[in-house]
Amino acid sequence: MATMDTSQSGRETPAVHVPAPDLPPPATEVGIIGWARANLFSNWWNSLLTLVGIYLFYLILPPILDWAIFSADFVGESRDDCTSGGACWVFISIRFDQFIYGFYPEAERWRPTLAVGLGLLCLVYCLTDGVPFRKYVAMFLCLPFPIIAFFLLSGGFGLPHVETPKWGGFLLTIVIASVGIASSLPIGIALALGRRSQMPVIRMICIGFIEFVRAVPLITVLFMSLVILPLFLPPGSNFDQLLRALIGVSLFSAAYMAEVVRGGLQAMPKGQYEAAQALGMNYWTMMRLIILPQALKIVIPAIVSSFIGLFKDTTLVLIIGLVDLLAMIQLAVTDSKWIGLATEGYAFCAILFFIFCFGMSQYSMYLERKLHTGHKR
Amino acid sequence: MRYTSLCAAGFAAMFVAGTASAGTLDDVKARGELICGVTTGLAGFAAPDDKGEWAGFDVDVCRAVATGVFGDPKKVKFVPTTGKSRFPALQSGEVDMLARNTTWTFDRDVKLGFEFTGINFYDGQGFMVRKDLGVKSAYELDGASVCVTTGSTTELNLGDFFRANNMSYTPVVYEKADEIRTAYDANRCDVYTTDRSGLAAQRSELSNPDDHVVLPEVISKEPLGPLVQHGDHQWGDVVRWSLNVMIIAEELGVTSQNVDDMRASSKNPEIRRLLGVEGEYGPRLGLANDWAYNIIKTVGNYAESYERNVGPNTPIGLERGVNALWTDGGILYAPPFR
Amino acid sequence: MAVADVSQSSAKVNWLYDARVRAVFYQILTIVLFVLFVVWLGSNTAQNLEDRGIATGFGFLDQPAGFGVPFSLIDYSETSPYWDAFVLSVLNTLFISFIGIVLATVIGFIFGVMRLSSNWIISKFAAIYLETARNVPLLLQILFWYFGVLTALPQLRQSINIGDSIFLNNRGLYMPSPIYGPGFEFVVIAFLVAVIGVIMIRRWAAKRQEATGEQFPVFWTALGLILGLPLLAFAVTGFPLSWEYPALKGFNFRGGAVLIPEFMALLAALTLYTAAFIGEIVRAGIMAVSHGQTEAAYALGIRPGTTMRLVIIPQALRVIVPPLTSQYLNLTKNSSLAAAIGYPELVAVWSGTVLNQTGQAIECILMTMLVYLTISLSISVFMNWYNRRIALVER
Repeated sequence: MATMDTSQSGRETPAVHVPAPDLPPPATEVGIIGWARANLFSNWWNSLLTLVGIYLFYLILPPILDWAIFSADFVGESRDDCTSGGACWVFISIRFDQFIYGFYPEAERWRPTLAVGLGLLCLVYCLTDGVPFRKYVAMFLCLPFPIIAFFLLSGGFGLPHVETPKWGGFLLTIVIASVGIASSLPIGIALALGRRSQMPVIRMICIGFIEFVRAVPLITVLFMSLVILPLFLPPGSNFDQLLRALIGVSLFSAAYMAEVVRGGLQAMPKGQYEAAQALGMNYWTMMRLIILPQALKIVIPAIVSSFIGLFKDTTLVLIIGLVDLLAMIQLAVTDSKWIGLATEGYAFCAILFFIFCFGMSQYSMYLERKLHTGHKR
Repeated sequence: MRYTSLCAAGFAAMFVAGTASAGTLDDVKARGELICGVTTGLAGFAAPDDKGEWAGFDVDVCRAVATGVFGDPKKVKFVPTTGKSRFPALQSGEVDMLARNTTWTFDRDVKLGFEFTGINFYDGQGFMVRKDLGVKSAYELDGASVCVTTGSTTELNLGDFFRANNMSYTPVVYEKADEIRTAYDANRCDVYTTDRSGLAAQRSELSNPDDHVVLPEVISKEPLGPLVQHGDHQWGDVVRWSLNVMIIAEELGVTSQNVDDMRASSKNPEIRRLLGVEGEYGPRLGLANDWAYNIIKTVGNYAESYERNVGPNTPIGLERGVNALWTDGGILYAPPFR
Repeated sequence: MAVADVSQSSAKVNWLYDARVRAVFYQILTIVLFVLFVVWLGSNTAQNLEDRGIATGFGFLDQPAGFGVPFSLIDYSETSPYWDAFVLSVLNTLFISFIGIVLATVIGFIFGVMRLSSNWIISKFAAIYLETARNVPLLLQILFWYFGVLTALPQLRQSINIGDSIFLNNRGLYMPSPIYGPGFEFVVIAFLVAVIGVIMIRRWAAKRQEATGEQFPVFWTALGLILGLPLLAFAVTGFPLSWEYPALKGFNFRGGAVLIPEFMALLAALTLYTAAFIGEIVRAGIMAVSHGQTEAAYALGIRPGTTMRLVIIPQALRVIVPPLTSQYLNLTKNSSLAAAIGYPELVAVWSGTVLNQTGQAIECILMTMLVYLTISLSISVFMNWYNRRIALVER
């Protein structure tokens, strides 16, 4: 505006305009107050919502915090040390090892720790960008690692044998979820390819399997593996109970994985297939080198979410008598020395699951953002 | 496709272990341990302690069999089973035997293909109620909500009892004993029904055991005992006589304390036979000759096991009652050892 | 097979290398292997069943079940046959699934919109709920609610009493149950007539608006019709409806209808768990609608509420409906977790109690799976039909 004025007023005195220094924005528009006005009290309806929200927080938070932290007992040896009326975390700390390892012999507990630690380390390494030898670590994770982990957990090569009924607690949860997701990936890919196959028989079998398994609850699949699988096998053959549950879980998650992978395959532009064929590749070469690497990459976030789902669903194995974390807690709260501490046990279980699942879901969102190349507002 | 099936077959073959051999006893010996199905936790009968070691009255039966076979009560693996998973576990051969307060019935013996190898606890179904309800008899329970284990004989007996007496009730069903206890404690139901031994065990774990009373009526016979798969008679005999040894030992006054003296100096021919001093009884079962001695030495006789796990001096506080020896007014009676 | 296209041209190629021949060969091989596999399973099963002396067949369906159930929508007692127990458990599954789906959808939409609210506190409140509910295993949530319901609700004698007709305690929610007198069918008929009438008025109003631009107060007319007609019929037939009130007699309330705490806990857990997923889906669906749509609507002078209703939601629904379908299916399947707290639905009764009482595992589990298969397929078919209806129609 100022320049306009000078140009109109005359040529003799070309006044130099010196703008006044900017006034600071009003205190009500910036800082905490400004933020609160914009986000909390922009109109009467919004203000009302805010007040209701604050009231809800006030209703819920203080009692929980008081119970869980301020009047809780953290240190001690027995039930008698819990005197303050809040949560009795002593129970958790005394039984902590049992919740994590189940009945795994105390002297051998370094073995599952090592196996899980090694697996996690390799996984994190593989998922980090720009580190050398990623390919080799990934190959190690795919092939030798499961075998090493199996022998570490179960024994052999001089390590004492630990039978599967002794595996329990959070360890069992991790074992079931990892085996489930790891074995469901190849089966799922095979099923997804089969579902898109041009051979009607193979397509029908794959569709039938996928749709059937996806239609029934996991618990019936587990029942089936518990009760009916032994009937299906030749007389006299005997299966480990954990293995039966693992077969059930793997087949179940394979059906879901097949749909995830199919989503990735469908997202591939037809040009990719045609280009590969134009180069004279046969079906398997095309899949191995062109389609699957791209398709699998875009479904990584979906794979992580189905892993989270599976991780939570492992709690169902308690219904068929395996002693996972939740079952271990249910078993521990029946101990007559620690009666009435079910809430602490379940809260511990919920927190543990929340940390793992929330962490994984944040990671999958990060991946989604990283892989998302479209425009965002 | 072909490769997948081949791999699958190979994989399956790798894990299918322990195909049918001569008999369960040989399988157990070859494996080096006994696999025993127990409950998922019932105080006094089978429950893991802080260290994860199983202990209890039913657990002792497993330990007796393991001691008979291996001379070592530690050579047993416990598989917790629910009311639902116990029978498939035994049918599939996942466990060698079940010792988990299972009632011996015609159907289970005949239709499900099991063999009950004795009775370690004579029980009967009873009712527990809160004292403040003022109920004195089970016949006053018309219209009550009753907590009961699903899929059990208890559930059917309950229906029969109320129907026979022209009373109505609302069942509240759960699968595990601790679920029922929690619900009963929270007053979800007026009455808790199960075997009277179970009631006593559960009562000890309620928040105020003294507020509850077990009603006098016993509405059913519940002979509880270990069971094995039908058809393997040698194995059935091993389990049967491992239990009988504990009962006979009590009859003869042999305990874990005095068993060494008895073996050295007893003149009683039955004790001498039992402890393997005279005759070759163990080998006829395919066991060592001192198998019974080992059982008594490490697990103890029936009375010792009873007192240690469920007797009047334990939190469970069960009197011997009908489970006393036949000579003491009970009905516990083992065939002679000869 | 992709290779098939290439080899079509060279007719004289050795048949061994002809992809079409190989495709046929592979398929025959698959069929043979598959049939062999099934036969192998079948013979093993038959052998095992015989060895173990397990009875087979569906003869047991006529025999009396002998056990009682705490919650039933049909007339059932211990003397009823197993078949009745089956029907009862299927109905219970459908009952909780239906109510759960309706509630979860409503709550999910509310929280999805709350999550997008410009109000920071409301948005964070929704976020905390969504993340907590999504990341804790459902089984744990069911146990939490059940435990909570049992301890938080008052004992029998201290029931919350609403007008001497509705009672709430930790044994359940007791309500008066209706007793239909003669002539009540006319009320039902009147209601149906009203519904049909409303549909016709809606169509007519839409046509008239397209032709003339005039709007017709469809909502108020519909409300009036649907409430008014049945009420009128009710009055004309002389109020043929009475209520049976629950009353405390002896140990428990008798009479009336009751919703057991297992039902309430399962419903709360299922609803809140699924609603969290639906909330996320709704949020993603609304975010997927380009912001330009909102701006264009505002530029045309359409008010925010109307914009949401006529512009945003119809487009968001296209993104929302497919994942919503799978959430509905999940809720139905997850109702099977009731086995943990004793609500008598399909898995608890049929694959639990009955399987255990009869020992006929194959029959019981097969029937259970078939029911779920049928339910899943029905929901899929319905949602696919709805999805096609709202799909973007392009020229």
